[in-house]
Amino acid sequence: MSHRKPALSVFNAQLVWKEFRHIFRDARSMLILLAMPVVQIILFGFAITNEVKNAQVAVFDPSGDAVTTRLIEHIHASRYFDVVRNLGSAAEAGEVFREGRASLVVIFSENFGENMWRTGEATVQLLADATDPTQAATLTGYASSIIAGYRQELLAERRIPMRVTAQVNMLYNPQLQGAYNFVPGVMGMILILICAMMTAISVVREKETGTMEVLLVSPVKPAALIFSKLTPYFALSVVNLATILLLSVYVLHVPVSGSLLGLTMLSLLYISVSLALGMLISTIAATQVAAMLASSMVLMLPVMLLSGMMFPVENMPKILQWLSSIVPARWYIAGVKKLMIEGLPVASSLKEIAILSLMAIALIAASFKKLKK
Amino acid sequence: MPATQGIAAGHQPPVISCRQLSKRYGSVEALRSVSFDVERGEIFGCIGPDGAGKSTLFRILATLLRADSGRATVEGLDVQKDFRAIRRRLGYMPGRFSLYQDLSVEENLSFFAAIFGVTVRESYPLIRDIYGQLEPFKARRACKLSGGMKQKLALCCALIHKPSVLLLDEPTTGVDPISRREFWEMLARLRQQSITIIVSTPYMDEAMRCDRIALVKDGAFLQIEAPQSIISRFPQALWSVQGDPMYGLLKDLRRHEDIMAAYAFGDAHHATVRSERITPRQLGENLKALGYLNVEVKEIQPTIEDCYMHLTADS
Repeated sequence: MSHRKPALSVFNAQLVWKEFRHIFRDARSMLILLAMPVVQIILFGFAITNEVKNAQVAVFDPSGDAVTTRLIEHIHASRYFDVVRNLGSAAEAGEVFREGRASLVVIFSENFGENMWRTGEATVQLLADATDPTQAATLTGYASSIIAGYRQELLAERRIPMRVTAQVNMLYNPQLQGAYNFVPGVMGMILILICAMMTAISVVREKETGTMEVLLVSPVKPAALIFSKLTPYFALSVVNLATILLLSVYVLHVPVSGSLLGLTMLSLLYISVSLALGMLISTIAATQVAAMLASSMVLMLPVMLLSGMMFPVENMPKILQWLSSIVPARWYIAGVKKLMIEGLPVASSLKEIAILSLMAIALIAASFKKLKK
Repeated sequence: MPATQGIAAGHQPPVISCRQLSKRYGSVEALRSVSFDVERGEIFGCIGPDGAGKSTLFRILATLLRADSGRATVEGLDVQKDFRAIRRRLGYMPGRFSLYQDLSVEENLSFFAAIFGVTVRESYPLIRDIYGQLEPFKARRACKLSGGMKQKLALCCALIHKPSVLLLDEPTTGVDPISRREFWEMLARLRQQSITIIVSTPYMDEAMRCDRIALVKDGAFLQIEAPQSIISRFPQALWSVQGDPMYGLLKDLRRHEDIMAAYAFGDAHHATVRSERITPRQLGENLKALGYLNVEVKEIQPTIEDCYMHLTADS
């Protein structure tokens, strides 16, 4: 406070520090800012997941040879399945499903092992209860990949050319972990919520309490005002980004398979878009409640529904696909999937980077234009 | 009615000068061709009810709002062209005390000092009187202060950059009577340091504290003068009338042929009377004849509120 002319520069330490104080003194803000990312990552990573664990499996094995026995052991050993019973006949499968004693039935053909060695081909039937199609698909997917893995093992052991009839290949998410899908989504949602909603609310709060008028009649430049509003949320977003990445790597075991630098740059770009969006909302909204509503309508719902976080964009009707393309989170989440999960080079997400950059420029220009008035 | 006849007539240019200022919001005319001057070291009051256009005028003078037409200068500087220069000389206290509720008394003060590029220490002599009362509570957050203390803190914040002009928009609204009186005493002391003060208030009784006042109604200035001369120009005799029951009394007063206007005023009714045709005693007899009990009629000095009622009844 002892500088003679801090009011004239774009960076004003007092202004920035004041914004930090507002956040630190408001328990609600602190909770939203720091606890929300952790809670969401944990919730989405563990509780709300379509992953399957310890599903009950029934087996009909008329062959009973070394190959089928080892295959059953493999299935039982995986953390997805528990082999709970052996059936006397294939017909018992229906009964098992009706009574809910198993969610997957594995039926081996007769002379499975012999066929395998002789002809290089053997069949195994996977039955799943498709009343829950997602779970059924997941279960058969898991089982097929275990069987395929076992075939690979046999190949390596015997070095006999064998025909692999069905190959299920789970790209990028070989274990079909829900977290692979949710981590980018949660990143997209949390960053935009913190940057856009919290910035908008903090600006509008000053309008409501009248302090904005005093700031406006002061010699402080509008750019310095904006800068001081954005700095704390930018800093907190970076903290949150680090938290989410650490949690996802060490708790959810979702590694950053691509370039960490590229991922960081993409995230910083997305943070800028979100901050600009928050500024724009704050110039339009007159009350904190309006800012909250605008943020949740403009940000929360589209981010959750249209960004590809919950429903794949490719499966949407054309009009929603078109609509989703103006949601920044869609491009960010796509970029994060490429850089973090798929481990592709930065060049692969140039399209996303370009779109986000354009959005950032457009939003910053729009909010400055509104502010000038 | 432009009031160019100031206190220090002709010696100095006016500190604030407005000519035909107009501003409308949609179909509402917030200001209608308002013209006035304020001289250095004057306390100028804008008196009028909520919605009369006082805040609009203040926001134009504070360079926050553009007038649709007309011209205004502060310290000889145009409010539109030279707004940056004006902002350094102007202390503005908006309608609601614009403090940061979650910052302490001391933090609020040093924050406002910082954004105006000054330190609390260099401005301390100016605010010592006022801040002295707040200092025991300097670590308290602004939201925990009483209305009177908030008002004092807001005034300190408005004074922190040693402005030569103070714009105070309804500074006493929502504050207890004792704090209101103290506040006006502070303003009187600031005036002695030749700070020019424009203050708006909906409380007519505060008008007497100003050097000159403007009575504002529906965006227009009805009269601009010293409060005493506004009162002395009150053209009729004014009587205060009491009696039981009060409600019927007002109706009967309005019906009386020698009474021009009657209105409720606190716990009595005020009536403007053709005093050449009737005495208070006669009116009292008339009312007793109508069956009123405890009738009391006396001649009184008009207040600013009476003048306001009179002027707005005409327009």
